[in-house]
Amino acid sequence: MIGVYLIILAVCCLFCLLRGWLGPTIADRMVAIDLMGILAVGMTALLVVITGREFVIDIALSWIFLSFIGTLALAKYLSHKTLDE
Amino acid sequence: MALNEVAGTVIIGIGVLFDVFGCIGLLRLPDVYNRLQAGTKCVTFGTCGILLGIFMMYGFSGAGLKALAGIPFLLVASPAAAHAIGRGAYRFGVKLWKKSVIDLYQKDQDKTD
Repeated sequence: MIGVYLIILAVCCLFCLLRGWLGPTIADRMVAIDLMGILAVGMTALLVVITGREFVIDIALSWIFLSFIGTLALAKYLSHKTLDE
Repeated sequence: MALNEVAGTVIIGIGVLFDVFGCIGLLRLPDVYNRLQAGTKCVTFGTCGILLGIFMMYGFSGAGLKALAGIPFLLVASPAAAHAIGRGAYRFGVKLWKKSVIDLYQKDQDKTD
């Protein structure tokens, strides 16, 4: 059952990639990348159940922060500011 | 299967369903702001559901507590990032959809100027 969930989430990632490819503006692509990061957190959390190794949840936790910081940096770039402002 | 595994699988299923809805919204809605609200809300809630399901499966030990600790971080970080993207897109000059009804942010800008 968990494997089916993992496949469904992978198809969702394909949807996000499609939006990133089609997206008319740069903001669309950023939204798609942000969502793909959050989906990857969910997929990594499901890998804990499949592989049975509990340290994988640490990767999911750190992925939340990495995705957050990367999205904030891209948003700063989008609003015509430098990063140290 | 034990009862906690069944409950965890059901909660994870609900979360995955929300993820699917969010991604369909990301594909089909017309402009950036609509896509932002559909995608970010649904996917954040869905991933929180997945983490809650992991917590139900593993209980108060090891992976379960870490998954439970991840939920508030996700609930704080993801809407903040979405807000930053929306404001940045507006300042970058991304147009609203042509059938959009109201633009309150522009109204506020006019009031302060």
